[in-house]
Amino acid sequence: MEESKNIIEETPKVPLVETAVSGDAAFPGTVVQTPGGGVLVSSIDDVLNWARSNSLWPLVFGTSCCAIEMMSAASAKYDFSRFGFEVTRASPRQADVIIIAGTIVNKMAPVLKRLYDQMAEPKYVIAMGACATSGGPFFYNTYSVVKGADHVIPVDVYIAGCPPRPEALIHGLITLQNLIKKGGKRERITIEDFKK
Amino acid sequence: MTKEELKTKLTELVPTATFDEAGEWLNVLIDAKDWLPMAKALRNYFDLQFDYLFNVTAVDWKTYLSVVYHLRSTKLEHVVVVKAKIADRNNPEIETVSNIWRTAELHEREAFDLMGVKFLHHPDLRRLFLTDDWVGYPLRKDYEDPLNMIKL
Repeated sequence: MEESKNIIEETPKVPLVETAVSGDAAFPGTVVQTPGGGVLVSSIDDVLNWARSNSLWPLVFGTSCCAIEMMSAASAKYDFSRFGFEVTRASPRQADVIIIAGTIVNKMAPVLKRLYDQMAEPKYVIAMGACATSGGPFFYNTYSVVKGADHVIPVDVYIAGCPPRPEALIHGLITLQNLIKKGGKRERITIEDFKK
Repeated sequence: MTKEELKTKLTELVPTATFDEAGEWLNVLIDAKDWLPMAKALRNYFDLQFDYLFNVTAVDWKTYLSVVYHLRSTKLEHVVVVKAKIADRNNPEIETVSNIWRTAELHEREAFDLMGVKFLHHPDLRRLFLTDDWVGYPLRKDYEDPLNMIKL
């Protein structure tokens, strides 16, 4: 009883609407109990972010060995569709997140850029594995590998591993989900930066 | 045929051939000038009958290049590896075998693309993996690319 009193005194004053940034990131908004049921009070941004993060459809994009681990995470034993990544869409127009699973070579870089441009906003990028993060084992002495997918498109989440285990990929996906629920603002290079 | 019989038979064909003992198959070292008649004999002779060329590679030995052919016979079930040495590094040329074994067309294009070995009388010798305007042969030991390669 004493512990709960201390918690009540020490808790800072919360605003009327508890947004995900200040409050509980797992559930958008607060439930206000009224006779006859409850009312969920939230902000539209919160509800939209929560909905988006729980239903991110990835684009089919596996270039190299990390794709096998991604397939393994998608199939029965690990199954990332329980987190909302239900269908992997082959068309970039219908996808939300692109999981760059594999090495990006110089010939593939314009293809990756074109696919990213074709995706509709809001779109997110996960760089899976060492090759997409920094070139990986091909960082030295190679004439054909792009040293990191972020030379081509802006990346939100990096997953380490060569290849990362399916659990590591799922951890990266959950990190992206939390990032989106918290507002999802990250520095991205926009066209306005170039106009200055 | 056993390795010993193959050795005697191949020395009849190409007297200057030498053999080495690396690996599980018989390795024959010849000069690139002797390759074409030997290839025809390997395909057509009744007791050799090598009808399956399963690999063509080029190797850079710093002072010279060599082209390695792996041949198997599906009827008589023996395997031989032919290493043809090309002494001239600045202008490496060797006869093509694409009219003897059709698979050599693409394999020789790859060896030309990455190592610069010219295959004489090849029907369509051009780059396979790299873009057509690429300068240089990347898999050579002396290839420099300061833009892309970060040296370790």
